[in-house]
Amino acid sequence: MKVKYFAWVRERVGKAEETIEPPATVRTVEELIAWLSGQSEAYAYAFEKPKVIRTAIDHAHVKSDAAIAGAREIAFFPPMTGG
Amino acid sequence: MTAPVSTAPVSPCPVTIRIQQDDFDIAREIAILTGSRTDIGAVVSFSGICRGDEDSAKIAALTLEHYPGMAEEEIKRHADEATSRWPLNGVTIIHRVGRFMPGQNIVLVLTASQHRQAAFQAAEFLMDYLKTSAPFWKKEENATGTGWVEAHARDDEAAARWTRS
Repeated sequence: MKVKYFAWVRERVGKAEETIEPPATVRTVEELIAWLSGQSEAYAYAFEKPKVIRTAIDHAHVKSDAAIAGAREIAFFPPMTGG
Repeated sequence: MTAPVSTAPVSPCPVTIRIQQDDFDIAREIAILTGSRTDIGAVVSFSGICRGDEDSAKIAALTLEHYPGMAEEEIKRHADEATSRWPLNGVTIIHRVGRFMPGQNIVLVLTASQHRQAAFQAAEFLMDYLKTSAPFWKKEENATGTGWVEAHARDDEAAARWTRS
């Protein structure tokens, strides 16, 4: 699946997007964040406060317990500050 | 017996959503929205402008980043909700991205209706949701460097008052 990062999450991860293949045991957004955090210090830094992170699956906001099965694109970003 | 057929004309409600780097011309956008229609009695316009200070600290510039694709879709979802909640005759939402100096335009919301109440309320509803739910982020440049603007709880509270129980 494709993963995108925005704002300071992007800066901390060090890339805007990538394709990842998490193991089948990673079923929810929360579990994906935990799995990514274990991949490197950059991810651990980006996701150090997982409750702050907002997630979208296929362009729609989701909660941390949302299932990731079938997702084409998952995006992680900080709370929004537009307008 | 046949059901009575309503002959009341249905006012069209065109929804325009644009995300762009270029500035917008409010008068021109209102003219496009109203055109030659005579069913519109009220147009409310909200402009968000880059401020020159935040909590008494000077702001040199703001950079707006967005999530292409989702930003348009998220704004559309809220515009559709607005048109279902209020009797609107048109909605225009323009959000700029890029780097802005104090005094420059960032966002425009126009709502048109037959009467002012719907236009006022819908414009406020749209702005409250733009701030808390549309995927845009501001980075601020000031004398001490650059930093991402933090979300305000007051914006979440402003959006929450529109939640229907």
